Amino acid sequence: MSPDAEEPLALSVAGVSHAFGERRALADVSLAVPAGSFTVLLGLNGAGKSTLFALITRLYDNVSGEIRVCGHDVRRAPSAALRQIGVVFQSRALDADLSLLQNLAYHAALHGFGHAAAKARAMALLATVGLGDKAHDKVRALSGGQARRVEIARALLHGPRCLLLDEATVGLDIGAREGVIALVRDLVARRRLGVLWATHLIDEIAPSDRVVVLHKGRVLFAGGHGELLAATNAKTVRDAFSALTAAADASVAGAAA
Amino acid sequence: MKPVPMESLSPGLGEARAGRGLLGYLACFNGIVWRETLRFVHQRERFLSALVRPLVWLFIFAAGFRQVLGVSIIAPYETYVLYEVFVTPGLIGMILLFNAMQSSLSMVYDRETGAMRTLLVSPFPRWFLLTSKLVGSGAVSLLQAYAFLLIAYFWEIEPPPLGYLTVLPALFLSSLMLGALALLISSLIRQLENFAGVMNFVIFPMFFASSALYPLWRIRESSPLLYEICRLNPFTYAVELIRFALYVQLDLTSLVVVLALTAAFLGAAIFAYNPSKGLLGRRGATGGVA
Repeated sequence: MSPDAEEPLALSVAGVSHAFGERRALADVSLAVPAGSFTVLLGLNGAGKSTLFALITRLYDNVSGEIRVCGHDVRRAPSAALRQIGVVFQSRALDADLSLLQNLAYHAALHGFGHAAAKARAMALLATVGLGDKAHDKVRALSGGQARRVEIARALLHGPRCLLLDEATVGLDIGAREGVIALVRDLVARRRLGVLWATHLIDEIAPSDRVVVLHKGRVLFAGGHGELLAATNAKTVRDAFSALTAAADASVAGAAA
Repeated sequence: MKPVPMESLSPGLGEARAGRGLLGYLACFNGIVWRETLRFVHQRERFLSALVRPLVWLFIFAAGFRQVLGVSIIAPYETYVLYEVFVTPGLIGMILLFNAMQSSLSMVYDRETGAMRTLLVSPFPRWFLLTSKLVGSGAVSLLQAYAFLLIAYFWEIEPPPLGYLTVLPALFLSSLMLGALALLISSLIRQLENFAGVMNFVIFPMFFASSALYPLWRIRESSPLLYEICRLNPFTYAVELIRFALYVQLDLTSLVVVLALTAAFLGAAIFAYNPSKGLLGRRGATGGVA
């Protein structure tokens, strides 16, 4: 699905850098996630993906560069920006002692929904992710894949246009992984959500995806799947990724020498 | 099971009819307090341990020291009182103190597991979210404190009936002050493992170097230095505020100190949790390895 030219980007990141003390986590990162696109943020562990997510969701402040969600600057208009973001963090963030419905109702309240509206939306979304019959079960009774689907339902509860998922399939078996990915791709197609999917698993990338390669805090490539292969003269994304990261590491080593 | 179309959730793309004005704030506040209470209800062991701790002090420690530690007539008491009566406000303070620190512990845990991020990515202002969490935690403390008072009543701790009502704002204010301090501490603790230090360096010194167990005049007699330390301890003022309120009196000094420190601790905690000014973003404290 091609994005509408008049539609604002679901997410734009321009010239963002961040450091923890002396340690630089991100350097001049720029990327765009159009509405109705599935954009893969590909990088190894420690590449800076989680830091970028923390900056987009304003857990940290971006002191350099600009981040916009559906046109809203996260620093100048954080409330408007956060209303348009749904996020699934890398570590599980459900309350195991509460039921699925209670977890979702809590999240809905955090977005200002009253009890009745929160319950109705939560039930509808649980049905959407195939867990309507488990609404009153405790979260601790769920499998890993089911818990991830609940987190996706929670992320969608307030009707965001931009969905961020940080290593959402880590720890899931093959079937559960495929189920979660298929669910998110379906959301992109049906709701024109802009999805930023952070992963280090290359086999999760489809030919229709946009790809952003993040390595040691730097964006090495941003564009379509085909463009990535063409730019690196590679046959597979794995080869393309290896070529890009090796060249970047060699460049850094050369500069240091 | 037939899936529900996503389109049925909202009439247009991304439109969600969430309250954005006062109703939205109210829904958010209710949700946070509700969750704190619900979590507490689900953790019965926590409720029991919170009660057992002061009851052990009341039934064993205070009974044992009854003959050793006589208490003379000091305000707000109008007669000589048993040691159990004197120590009761201090033990209520203990409930509030431990609950506040337990809440702080859960915030550090939430931050490590990611649950804290769910709260902090809400579109409502961070000061509002943190204050609401504080109030929720305070509400839980009130339940514990009244449960303790009920049991203590059958141990002949019988303040005036009106005292059960007048102590309510004192309990709430004190729990807010201690909760705000705990919130500040949670922002300074990077890892859960470091929390054991809080027990040794915060909870125990605050409890013992206060007027919870002994009247200040007795402490001054034995150690002027310890007396000054007790006077500098915020917990002393929380205990005295509760003690006077339980006997339908107001200790103005304690009220002013508790109010001022609540504002100061809360302000510092909000500063620490502020993404543009605080400590979290400088230290990478929100988890995630990618």
